[in-house]
Amino acid sequence: MIPKTPPASAPTMIEFRDVHKWYGDYHALRGINATIREGEFFSLLGPSGCGKTTLLRTIAGFEGISEGVVLLDGRDMADVPANKRPTNMVFQSYAIFPHLTVAENVGFGLRRQRLPKAELAGKVEEALTMVGLRGFGARAAHALSGGQRQRVALARALILKPKVLLLDEPLSALDKKMREQMQVELIRLQRQVGITFILVTHDQEEALVMSDRIAVMFEGQIAQLSDAETLYRRPNSRKVADFIGTMNFLPATVLNESDAVVEVEAEGFGRLSFGADQVADDGDAGTAIGFRPEILTLLYEGQAWGDREVSAVVEEVVYYGDMTYYDVRIDGSSKTVRLSARNVFGRPVFDRGVRVRVGWNPGALILFR
Amino acid sequence: MKGGIFRIYTIAYLVFLYAPIILLPIFAFNNATVIAFPLQGFTTKWFTQMWSEPGLWPALQNSLTVAISTAILSTVLGVLAARASTRYRFPGKAPVMGLIMLPLVLPEIIVAVSLLVVLLGIGVPLSILTIILGHVLMTTPFAIAILSSAFQGLDRSLEEAAYDLGETPVSAFRLVILPLVMPGIISSLLISFTLSLDEFIIAFFLGGTHVTLPVYIFSQFRFPAAVPVIMALGTLLVALSVLLLTIAEYYRRRGIAKSGGKDTGGFI
Repeated sequence: MIPKTPPASAPTMIEFRDVHKWYGDYHALRGINATIREGEFFSLLGPSGCGKTTLLRTIAGFEGISEGVVLLDGRDMADVPANKRPTNMVFQSYAIFPHLTVAENVGFGLRRQRLPKAELAGKVEEALTMVGLRGFGARAAHALSGGQRQRVALARALILKPKVLLLDEPLSALDKKMREQMQVELIRLQRQVGITFILVTHDQEEALVMSDRIAVMFEGQIAQLSDAETLYRRPNSRKVADFIGTMNFLPATVLNESDAVVEVEAEGFGRLSFGADQVADDGDAGTAIGFRPEILTLLYEGQAWGDREVSAVVEEVVYYGDMTYYDVRIDGSSKTVRLSARNVFGRPVFDRGVRVRVGWNPGALILFR
Repeated sequence: MKGGIFRIYTIAYLVFLYAPIILLPIFAFNNATVIAFPLQGFTTKWFTQMWSEPGLWPALQNSLTVAISTAILSTVLGVLAARASTRYRFPGKAPVMGLIMLPLVLPEIIVAVSLLVVLLGIGVPLSILTIILGHVLMTTPFAIAILSSAFQGLDRSLEEAAYDLGETPVSAFRLVILPLVMPGIISSLLISFTLSLDEFIIAFFLGGTHVTLPVYIFSQFRFPAAVPVIMALGTLLVALSVLLLTIAEYYRRRGIAKSGGKDTGGFI
């Protein structure tokens, strides 16, 4: 099995150099610079209209670019039409040809190679087996379920052994169970074939689960490009932090700053100091400290934490079965923050109105300024 | 009794609509030259006699030439217009499409007269060709309406998927788009054919000395003895029209089912 993350030294598969795209007056891509490595599972994540699909389509060749360069395996793609590029795409609607059978769909891209019948059938069956649809070849494509169409689309794209597989929101049409199952299967498939997968999604959880690296896009620009863990733990801006998961913000004011350390006075926490690596851009939303719901610990009776403790009142309880979310107001703060606690056997769920102690770690907080 | 009133209305409506057409075959099989009740007994002689009428064969030949040419031309124009209107955005698209569809509601007599004036003005002799021209003008909006619904049902990604899998724009159109809109094309051909075959006014004005079947039928009404034969011919034409429209509708519906779309109305 191929190791999950290709090393940073892996060769570059795709490179964007200052890519711009204009639709009339609309600036859809505003200077994209990024490299995607060979064998990487890469995601383009962002809200609708952020340009992620446009960027994907520039790789496929369905969209030209207004400025800049797109290199694929070292080759400038400017004059290479979509049908000559070593990329294949899984469309959001799957785009299964409804008038053909499953086997004819999967073998469509091999048509031009004029293979002997038996060889073609063998390759098609091999591709169908890979996506778990062995023996489905003779079925009519329009009679398939959503999940099966998805698999046919995957087999049809992978049979051509592309250098890059492009996936445009491939799971958005599936229900939750099916989506989670397909996420795991896509990861397995990507490791099996070892080629670069580029996924476009607006679902942050999907991106976190599946990708080696993620580019978060807003308004035609890449806001942050990093691995899932860094993205979640060290978002570089308030916008990214807001988009990925839940982030609590409490207002703060800067007291002192040096090159290495910023000292602030934060609501509810008092004086805190942050190392340079803990500081992110606030995007004009005002200086604030931020933390994830699971980063702070709700302390139970008799549980000791030391002096890094604050007192708070539970204002709302949201029970999720495996987790409980608490909206608590830390003493001295103007708004509530959301904390989460795993529900462990024998541990009661706090009631509304109860006073609790909250333990924290300075390294877990982020300063947005 | 609300339901009762509606039922009577529906029956009255259908009688009004179809009674005259039902009279056609009744008198076509009636053994009498006079079109009147009571019926005089069953005969098929009008159908046999029909084939020996001197003017009928040339008229039929003209009509088929006109109808087949019209069907092909208006369907080709329809494919181009439908593809352009569903696929591309261009300035003035709405007014252009509106103008193209206008002959659908223009009084045919006005169209016929204007065409006649123009053709005579620029010195084009009246012939089969001018009838075809007029019929294409009249049937193209129908062809566009049918084909637009066929093209509209197509997912744009289908074509992109074909490019993505290595096909050129031309081969993608042939391998993916054409098979999927083929039911619409067949439906358009059949409906244009039927419309042209039955059309009288334009054929009458623009035909000059060339007589199509409807014009022939009209001219035969001057002779009372020919009326039962006309009834027989009319019966065949009605049967043919119904048959063609049914086939057209079958293909249209099959096309919708094939591309997984929803039926949004049609002609039958």
